[in-house]
Amino acid sequence: MGLVLNIAIDGLAYGMILFMIAVGLSVTMGLMRVVNLAHGGFALIGGALAHWLGDLGVGFWAALPLAILGTIAIALPLERLLYRRIYDLGELQQVLATIGLTFLMIASVNWWQGSALLTIPMPELLRQPVDLGFRTLPAHRIAVIGLGFAVILGLWGLLDRTRFGVRLRAAVDNRAIASAHGIDTDRIYMITFGLGAALAALGGIMGAELLPIEAYYPLRYMVLFLIVVAVGGMGSILGSFLAAIGLGMVETAARYIVPELATVGFFVLVIALLALRPQGLLGRVQP
Amino acid sequence: MKLALTAALGVTLWVAGLGAAVADTIKVGVIAPFSGPFALYGTQYQQAIEAYRAQHGSSAGAHEIEFIYKDSGGVNPDLARSLAQELLIRDRVDYLAGFTFTPNALAVAPLISQSETPTVIFNAATSSINRDSEFFLRTSFTLWQVSAPLADWAYDQGIRTVITTVADYGPGIDAETGFKQTFEARGGTIVDSVRMPLATTDFTPFLQSVREADPDAVFVFVPGGPTTFAYTKTYNENGLREAGIEFLGTAETEESNLQSLGDAAIGLNTAYHYSAAHDSELNRDFLAAVAALDNPAPVNWASVGAYDGVHLIYHMVAAAGSDGPAAVAAAKGLEWESPRGPLVMDPDARTVVQNVYHRVVERNPETGLLQNTETGVIATVGDLGWDR
Repeated sequence: MGLVLNIAIDGLAYGMILFMIAVGLSVTMGLMRVVNLAHGGFALIGGALAHWLGDLGVGFWAALPLAILGTIAIALPLERLLYRRIYDLGELQQVLATIGLTFLMIASVNWWQGSALLTIPMPELLRQPVDLGFRTLPAHRIAVIGLGFAVILGLWGLLDRTRFGVRLRAAVDNRAIASAHGIDTDRIYMITFGLGAALAALGGIMGAELLPIEAYYPLRYMVLFLIVVAVGGMGSILGSFLAAIGLGMVETAARYIVPELATVGFFVLVIALLALRPQGLLGRVQP
Repeated sequence: MKLALTAALGVTLWVAGLGAAVADTIKVGVIAPFSGPFALYGTQYQQAIEAYRAQHGSSAGAHEIEFIYKDSGGVNPDLARSLAQELLIRDRVDYLAGFTFTPNALAVAPLISQSETPTVIFNAATSSINRDSEFFLRTSFTLWQVSAPLADWAYDQGIRTVITTVADYGPGIDAETGFKQTFEARGGTIVDSVRMPLATTDFTPFLQSVREADPDAVFVFVPGGPTTFAYTKTYNENGLREAGIEFLGTAETEESNLQSLGDAAIGLNTAYHYSAAHDSELNRDFLAAVAALDNPAPVNWASVGAYDGVHLIYHMVAAAGSDGPAAVAAAKGLEWESPRGPLVMDPDARTVVQNVYHRVVERNPETGLLQNTETGVIATVGDLGWDR
């Protein structure tokens, strides 16, 4: 019984961290259909800014929004100058452009902050262990679980319940016709890209207790981001959410029961799932 | 008379010319990561070499010593081999040095045996490397050398039950076996041996299981950087420390990432051969020489491994010049004082015999920075894994 509870709690906490670091990619790659391998780069920029602000003595609660705003301030010009030119290109060109951008980001952070770990000091509130009765859990994991639910609800509300969401879905489905209906698709894309980068930064900072920020962060965890989005299904935020929680649970269970096979099991499951449902859990079959 | 003078002048010139030929330049090729995620090693090696040159000059005996640096990136045996080839054939180096990763060192073994080139390993810590060539000399350490004394120390502290948690790859398994065999030979019990996949990001399940099994201590070996960060965080956050489960590690609290571990690291026990906080004149001079360079990198075991490696190369060059077999013979049994303490080059295993210290992480009262404070020498040993 204790084991099942442990797996459930730790699986949820780990799955939620996976969701938080991948949800930004689910927006840019899933919704906007641009193969954005630089996603981890935006998470890195957010994390590096938060670390830098922390070094300057800015508290965590102020550093978090400032770092996210800083990331948006870097992402928007990039969207205008680079991404806008590659939206209509093939996937290979997008891969090449965004992986190149990732290397630029890594080199810039390496030059600016060095290659050591860039820790983000957590406030006292998030550092203490919380007693769940049968065991303790670090408070920041509970915060990540809460934040994960808030993000999924917020995105669902934004995409399904607002005019912006309707316009975005229209622009993604058929840009020319949406444009002909008077929707400013350039602006919609820019805002959505900014949202993706902001979520990347948020995930990078909140996930940093588990996946610490350092210059090579984007490459180290790229496969993890891509798996969550691919298993969830392109374009489906809920799919990414379910994929992250499911994969988190499975990997955590494997770590408790057969530690040696945890990573192998994780990848076998991903391969099996994608073989059976190449479009992912909730993905639509591409027309 | 005039003829005699001319002849004398000619002889003098000839002798002078001969003298210049004797003061030749010996080249040392350094193969190490200078780019990518492991670039810090290359920087540390280079700074240790520059610090040594600043202290001891650039010549040994009648020879000038010149270093040539080559970037091997990460774990890349093919590249390491072709860089070694290039250094040996095109640059005509007489010595090789560097080597952070075991596979890279193994890849050059056939080359150095053939060319009889003494090769000083600054880091790669798998015991078996030196068996592949008579020309390997190691100034770092082996995993057996530090994990076996740690098991002894733990038993002496009254620790009787231990769970080992190691990353599932060569060095991790070496560390596990080294600890386990020694601890069991003393009469301790290894309750469980967990091998964690190298790609592990969340250590909670492993450490939660350890907590529930409630042993006296947990032994760990994980690669440095993000993994160590996540492991020590999880160790603290899941209350293993409060539950009285001691942390037993080796390189986990090394200096380049120690500050980022923060207060969570205070009180962690490790056994290791070098701490930047080692209390000796030589160590303080070494730290000062590195600090005097541009952009000094943190000094840790990799820096001192390179520093002592250069010392060994200077000694070999002074004793044997470019004669490889004679140089290796001159290195065997060499004793010297290093910033980490006294060293002897073991003539059989060709890895240094050195002190292994027990350390505990503390804040330095003056600087406020975290450091590994040595509490004492727990063993003076060579490569304990050599005969296994």
